[in-house]
Amino acid sequence: MSEVLVGGVDVGSTQTKAVVMSSEPRILGRSLIETGAHLTAAAEEAFGLALKDAGKERSEVASVIGTGYGRYRVEFGDTQVTEISCHARGAVFLFPNTISVLDVGGQDTKAIRVGDQGQVLDFCMNDKCSAGTGRFLGAASQALEIPLGELGPLALTAKNPVRMTTTCTVFAESEILGWLALGRKTEDVLMGVHAAIASRSISLLRRTGIEPEITFTGGVARNTAMVKLLEEMTETPINVSEESHYCGAIGAAIYALDRALAETSATASGGITL
Amino acid sequence: MANVKQVTKQAEDGAAPHSDLIGAARTESRRLMEGWWGEMTTAEEEGRPVANVFVMGSIAEILRTFDIPMSFPEITSLQTAVRGRSMEYLTAAEDYGYSPDICGYVKVDAGLHVTGRNHPNGKLPKPSLVVAPNTCNTYIKWAEIWERLYGCPVLVLDLPGWRGTGDDDSAASETFGRDCAYVEGQLRELIALCEQVTGTEFDIDRLREVMGEVNTLAVLYQEVIAENKHHPAPFDAMLDGLNFMGIANAYRGSPAGSDFMRIARDELRERVRLGLGAIPEEKYRLLLIGTACYSHFRRFLELFHEWGGVFAHSEYMTFGGGGIDKGIHYDLKRPIESLAEQILLTSQQSFFSVSFSQEWQADVVSEWDIDGICFHGIKSCRTVSTGLPDSREWQMRHNDIPGLFIQSDLVDGRLWSDAQMKNRVDAFFEALASRKALERR
Repeated sequence: MSEVLVGGVDVGSTQTKAVVMSSEPRILGRSLIETGAHLTAAAEEAFGLALKDAGKERSEVASVIGTGYGRYRVEFGDTQVTEISCHARGAVFLFPNTISVLDVGGQDTKAIRVGDQGQVLDFCMNDKCSAGTGRFLGAASQALEIPLGELGPLALTAKNPVRMTTTCTVFAESEILGWLALGRKTEDVLMGVHAAIASRSISLLRRTGIEPEITFTGGVARNTAMVKLLEEMTETPINVSEESHYCGAIGAAIYALDRALAETSATASGGITL
Repeated sequence: MANVKQVTKQAEDGAAPHSDLIGAARTESRRLMEGWWGEMTTAEEEGRPVANVFVMGSIAEILRTFDIPMSFPEITSLQTAVRGRSMEYLTAAEDYGYSPDICGYVKVDAGLHVTGRNHPNGKLPKPSLVVAPNTCNTYIKWAEIWERLYGCPVLVLDLPGWRGTGDDDSAASETFGRDCAYVEGQLRELIALCEQVTGTEFDIDRLREVMGEVNTLAVLYQEVIAENKHHPAPFDAMLDGLNFMGIANAYRGSPAGSDFMRIARDELRERVRLGLGAIPEEKYRLLLIGTACYSHFRRFLELFHEWGGVFAHSEYMTFGGGGIDKGIHYDLKRPIESLAEQILLTSQQSFFSVSFSQEWQADVVSEWDIDGICFHGIKSCRTVSTGLPDSREWQMRHNDIPGLFIQSDLVDGRLWSDAQMKNRVDAFFEALASRKALERR
């Protein structure tokens, strides 16, 4: 049987991620761009870049699934699956013993309990407001004029972290400025910001049950301070993969693989077809 | 529900479909709701008194005895939202000084009253008296608004809560008996107030008639709800259930109310016989905890129906139906005492279910063959929303019943976020789908 290629495109609120995978399954190519205001164009561009990274042509891909808030704008996709299901599936692909998944994204945080096939057993999300999500870190980054990628390492140098009283993204900036006005060090304020998000994330995770192995996905998983805080709060090592940021797109690609293999009546990739 | 034109399916027993029954409940409920509005409007025009009452403890039995038309502000408020008009009243109330985070029903109603009482369905009458039970903490403050606006008398019905603290808390206990006597005293005060407002003498035999109708209505209402144990469910408890509840409240104690519920039951039985479901292809049977979002009512339903999800039952049909879902057994030989007992029992069951609803939910899941529970939190009503995430978690952990928690509002469209709502609902159905797929293996 010839190689089956599939794609997953995760159009998130801040960034769009795309992957191209083989039927093994293995990630052949990936891309990450800012979503911006034009979701369909972002999906097209991200998938094109992932194909280029994989050295493949669009015509070689058997199935593509869209996920994320902009999933219905992945107009070239075969169908859509929510990012909750996709992160669950992606997390189990990256770490097969995963039971709990924490995804801290740009505008929401999800706690998911998964079954051994990567199926969602339970999930819980933050409310409509984006308090305590990646957007909160974005607000801190802007207020402190520090690039997002440097927030975690700097926070880890804190000696006397402040205690943030809010996880509200709107009020974050004024509280950060308030602490700085009191003469607190930038790293101490930053660690306070991270602790506030971690604490809120743990509250969500408790709703679905904190059970190892815990896999941390989404863009914020790249933040070393967040990982350290979550490990301290759960007293458990947290799985983080270099591919964590792509987890939603990976899950979407695995669903696409199920779909493609089901059409060829081959065995699906140990998973479930929705 | 599918309409009469869609009735083509032959029943398994071979008998031809009674197409006149299909759609009869909707037609009749529309006629009755128009009649209810007409009665309220006409009463004010003719200078007859109208009472403002609430669904949880309307004391319709006494008011109907005096032929006092009843206005249910919870129903009239939600009607503005279903008709896409609630925002203008919410804004009017906020401009008047009401905070955005208080009960949406109250604000719509206050907005109506401060802008001339022009409701999309007709002229909302001003109340001549108000019965405000303590079954919801907002009712009493709400009544104070009308009292200030119109100077109408307000009877606050103080219903003691369940005193299960080690004492004998059964309905046969001395404590319960004393509480009943306390409620009975208040009912007699209401009777005196009705005599004063209407200038009519109280007729206890008329009260017996009204209470007899409520006994009948309750039996029929229970039968209606039970019909949804069938597969496919013949009605959607969120959509059609709203009509059933509306009539049960507005026509409680009237022969028209019992007649309607009989029509509804007969239609549902016919639908069951024909295998006609509430939605074209039922895949998932759901239980709703909380209420719907009426400013996005169609969309709310669509989010579930497009996945083949039907609400086979709803908690709303219990407390929103005025407590008749558990049956009413008035003893007509001692009507006022019996009314006091039943009101007390009903209110205590309502209070009790706020904290101990899990067992009821688990029973419904089993009896109505429910696949998952949707918990809908109401931003402007903490009374019905408190503890919903905990209940969801409890059902998941203890009974392995999948649950979805979503939040919006009753009537305030600003609190509806379509993308986020859809995302959560879709994810819930994806999880149900994979659960079913794995069960089939």
